[in-house]
Amino acid sequence: MMRSVRKLVLALATVALMAGPAFAVDLTMYYPVSVGGPITKVIDGMIADFEKENPDIHVKAIYAGNYDDTRVKALAALRAGEPVQLSVLFSIDLFELMDQDVVVPFDDVVTSDADQQWLQSFYPALMENSSASGKVWGVPFQRSTIVMYYNKDAFREAGLDPNTPPQTWDEMVEMGKKLTKRDASGKVVRWGLHIPSTGYPYWMFGALCMQNDQVLMNGDGNTTYFDNPAVVEAMTFWRDLGGKYGIMPEGTINWGTLRQKFLEGSTAMMWHSTGNLTPVRESAPFDFGVAMLPAKKRPGSPTGGGNFYIFKKTTPEERTACLTFVKWMTAPERSAKWSMATGYIGTSHDAYATEALTTYCNDFPAAAVARDQLDYATAELSTYENARVKKLLDDAIQAVLSGQDKPEAAMAAAQKGAERILKRYR
Amino acid sequence: MKLNTKISTQVYGCLLLLPAACLLVLFTHYPVLETLKSSFFTTPRGLREAAFVGLENYSMLLEDDVFWQVLCNNAIFSLGTIPVSVALALIMALWVNGKLPAKSWVRAAYFTPTILPMIAVANIWLFFYTPQIGLVDKIVTALGGASHNWLGDPATVLPCLIIMTIWKEAGFFMIFYLAALQAIPPELQEAARVEGAGRWYFFRRVTLPLLMPTTLFVFINATINSFKLVDHLFIMTKGGPDNASSLLLYYIYEVAFSFWDTAYASTLTIVLLALLAVLAITQFVFIERKVHYQ
Repeated sequence: MMRSVRKLVLALATVALMAGPAFAVDLTMYYPVSVGGPITKVIDGMIADFEKENPDIHVKAIYAGNYDDTRVKALAALRAGEPVQLSVLFSIDLFELMDQDVVVPFDDVVTSDADQQWLQSFYPALMENSSASGKVWGVPFQRSTIVMYYNKDAFREAGLDPNTPPQTWDEMVEMGKKLTKRDASGKVVRWGLHIPSTGYPYWMFGALCMQNDQVLMNGDGNTTYFDNPAVVEAMTFWRDLGGKYGIMPEGTINWGTLRQKFLEGSTAMMWHSTGNLTPVRESAPFDFGVAMLPAKKRPGSPTGGGNFYIFKKTTPEERTACLTFVKWMTAPERSAKWSMATGYIGTSHDAYATEALTTYCNDFPAAAVARDQLDYATAELSTYENARVKKLLDDAIQAVLSGQDKPEAAMAAAQKGAERILKRYR
Repeated sequence: MKLNTKISTQVYGCLLLLPAACLLVLFTHYPVLETLKSSFFTTPRGLREAAFVGLENYSMLLEDDVFWQVLCNNAIFSLGTIPVSVALALIMALWVNGKLPAKSWVRAAYFTPTILPMIAVANIWLFFYTPQIGLVDKIVTALGGASHNWLGDPATVLPCLIIMTIWKEAGFFMIFYLAALQAIPPELQEAARVEGAGRWYFFRRVTLPLLMPTTLFVFINATINSFKLVDHLFIMTKGGPDNASSLLLYYIYEVAFSFWDTAYASTLTIVLLALLAVLAITQFVFIERKVHYQ
């Protein structure tokens, strides 16, 4: 009896010793897909390559829906005590994640100077939504800006130069009118422009506001400027595209079906994530172009997309493994490959300096538009209790677009609501 | 001795019920009580603990415009879907119960919408309703109508969802009616024919009353389903534009998981539970008496 107990203790001790760092580390991560294309396959391929190079780290990547669904799943898993060490989440979830106290800043995980340098290597515009309170909380991965896709064949047909897309709001309206094609009975066969207003209306709106030289919130995530005159003006312009100018349908425009509509030639121009570039390229039956968004007072677009976050509930070994993995995934070569496979922005200058991406951009200049636009880019709407603040703005935008409310009134109401929520965080 | 057997039989019975009872308590009653409890507290966030606030969440609910709009939407949605889908189910069941060439094909066709995954259905209908390139718009414009932004217009988005739901539900309820119809003994029909009763008279005085228990069952299911719709909203509208298509359960999801305000979501859940309880009690107590044909 005594002997078997001793044997058991010995066995347990051996197992405990072996479970240390010498053993493989298992990482689980959730990631979202919000644009078209076989993105899950690309990610699986990258992870397989990573595991080949790092046999002691095993990564389980779980596709978890769109950005909101992914945040819900990750937070729910953390609450339920399931092991999730890192995830790709919306860059704008930053304040929410800080408030929930579930993420660690990368500054606390990196140790060497080389790592510090790596943290500094990303485009500054992308880091606006990645840092807060002087620390880096998220590392850019599938990041985007809004770009304008346009149908060159439609431009030719309307007697416009297919190589000069509109550069200002006025030009966009003017060209939009020429591009809107009606049949004999006056029914629209092709619209001039589509700006989607379901899914991510606040994102598109952020672009319009930026072009009117006004951002939507401050960098601390506790003040919004929804009732600013420049914002109201931007909202009025968006509404007028459908009503006054008649180059876009009235009511809201669906994010999910827009790419298909563009590909079917139902709209000559569309504003959409650059993350859709590769799928559009693969299935457009016509000659298409990609341009920076037009300017009012200045050009501009918010950045968008997802960052890598490391969760707080992790052991030191797991954090180190996470860091190794994130560094590998965001290295210039991978970033270049990822950008070519999807259309997302290469996240660093070095990514565009790689031979592969340089050649690609030379062959296909549309791929460089989102990068060039980074010079004019700003942070995407990101505040404390982001989902709630975002919804206030989304509802206001949709109320205006569907003719339920006037721009001034709707924006004032959204601002009032946001004030009530954000007061606590000042 | 006799008493002893009786007791042991009862103990035996109780033991047989125990596993199911445990599951019921664990997954139904305990969560309800827990939900009720958290509706009296604030949401714990990060380092802040939950604090007792009494009825504050409920008073917040009274002032919440979105809640009232969602409740109103849900009422319209229920009134729009339940009667039509049940009536349609009955008509389809009567039809496929008769002598019909390729009967099983027709039955299968009616039942297909029910077996499709919800998300697939939502995606299909999303494209049906898309302006210009969608099926609905293609038909409307072919008939000379104007293209319309079906899901983007607050006036049409809820009717669009209602039509899709009827399409999906009617086939499901048809199965229950079909089963009930086949359980009606054919002698009744023969006897009625001998007595000279017309088809409509027979349907009204014999078939319909005999179908009443099924109707009650279908009605309760339809009611629950009309409060259960959430999947389609994710894909098709996200409750928009401006909450015009948001329903109670979707709003609860949004508050609970997008806003992560679990306390307020609990409050909303309690309201939903109370609402469903009242509906179920009404149906059972008042309608069931009239249901069973003597």
